[in-house]
Amino acid sequence: MLDLSVIVNNFTFLVVQGLLGLGGFTGGTLRLAIPAIALGFVLGIFIGIARLARAWWISLPATLYVEFFRGVPLVMVIFWIWFIIPQLLRLPIPEYGVALTAFVVFEAAYFGEIVRAGIQSVPRGQVEAATALGLTAVQSMRFVVLPQAVRNMVPSLVTQMIVLFKDTSLASIIGYVDLTKAAQIVNNREIRPFELYLFIAVVYFAFTYSMSRIASRFERRLA
Amino acid sequence: MRYEFRWEVLWSGQSGAWLLQGLLTTLAISSLAWLLAAGLGILSGALRTVPWKPLRAVATFYVEFFRNVPLLVWMFFWYFGVPPLLPQVAREWLFDHGAEFWAGMFALGVYHGARMSEVIRSGIQSIPKTQFEAAVAMGLTTFQAYRLVIVPIALRLIVPPATSESLNLLKNSSVALTISVAELTFQTRQIETYTARAIEALTAGTVVYLALCVGIATIMARVERRFAIPGLIARGG
Repeated sequence: MLDLSVIVNNFTFLVVQGLLGLGGFTGGTLRLAIPAIALGFVLGIFIGIARLARAWWISLPATLYVEFFRGVPLVMVIFWIWFIIPQLLRLPIPEYGVALTAFVVFEAAYFGEIVRAGIQSVPRGQVEAATALGLTAVQSMRFVVLPQAVRNMVPSLVTQMIVLFKDTSLASIIGYVDLTKAAQIVNNREIRPFELYLFIAVVYFAFTYSMSRIASRFERRLA
Repeated sequence: MRYEFRWEVLWSGQSGAWLLQGLLTTLAISSLAWLLAAGLGILSGALRTVPWKPLRAVATFYVEFFRNVPLLVWMFFWYFGVPPLLPQVAREWLFDHGAEFWAGMFALGVYHGARMSEVIRSGIQSIPKTQFEAAVAMGLTTFQAYRLVIVPIALRLIVPPATSESLNLLKNSSVALTISVAELTFQTRQIETYTARAIEALTAGTVVYLALCVGIATIMARVERRFAIPGLIARGG
């Protein structure tokens, strides 16, 4: 009953185009996920630090940003970016740009919370010692607090990366050809939904599960 | 940029009715899926801590496989992949009774059951082992110890993480629009399509989601205080 030939025949399209993004379409799960994770984390660092700022006009916008994006579904954010950016810039941007912007903006709120918790886990005495040594606020954040905070953040960061990796499947809603969309395209032609969706489920699983395995090994080394 | 807001599109014509319908569908699919997720989560979360390996292995497989694959893929799998394998009678019944709703509800429930399971497992593991040993020493069977002692305590411990997981479920119900369940995000898109007023429509949907999330979080903060076990919760207030 399970007809795997549909997977074998379309393997190149599914994996090379859908997963890696090398092919006729602008697409690829990894081509979206890797920059989204990197940029989302960078923006998240700023947001996390801003939430802890003493000046209310810095911390309040950051708090509102986090609370807003954590109260709204990602699908909604993708549609917002999809409609708003062309209106603002008066030019059409490709699905890749829309999806990347939406993921970075959305996930930065979650990364921001992780960064904030990580920074708060560093004892106050460390900052005081850094100040006593003559470091400026920026220097003590850069050389003393963040390196220690990152170590404490590793487990939640990896969890969030896995979440983001899975979330990239939602880019298929606006027509971006990632692994999920590639399976949909093949399915429209071959009508083998059970095999195709089970196959991409296994591919996603292989990635996310090995990410979490590597992370837990890494954590044991750090601890 | 010059954009003339026309908020009246939200209450003129059918928009209001669509929004309300979308809200009701979101609430219906989320609460049914939540019941399924809570049941599966408690069952598999408890099984992952029992002292019998085959049961643990089954529960681990369920949790790891279902939570590590995107919800969207599960939506497609349960809606497009599974019904063709059902017997003819069941399939016809399903498609006469809103198959997309049931498939979406099932996908959401099974996916979040696996995530809920992790919350419950960590709750159970935070209970001192002596509780279980004391229950067994009192003459309870393993099943009774779980049902009467371990699970009730765990459920009271996990109110905060379970709340944020429930809110995730509510927000993730928006993914069901991909299999054309007419929930809130779907209806927001529909208003946008009919009125061509994207910003107004998206604002309406966003505000409803925010209100739901803030409302539930406020109620659950009260529940949390009411059910907190004094001395057992680290961050209680």
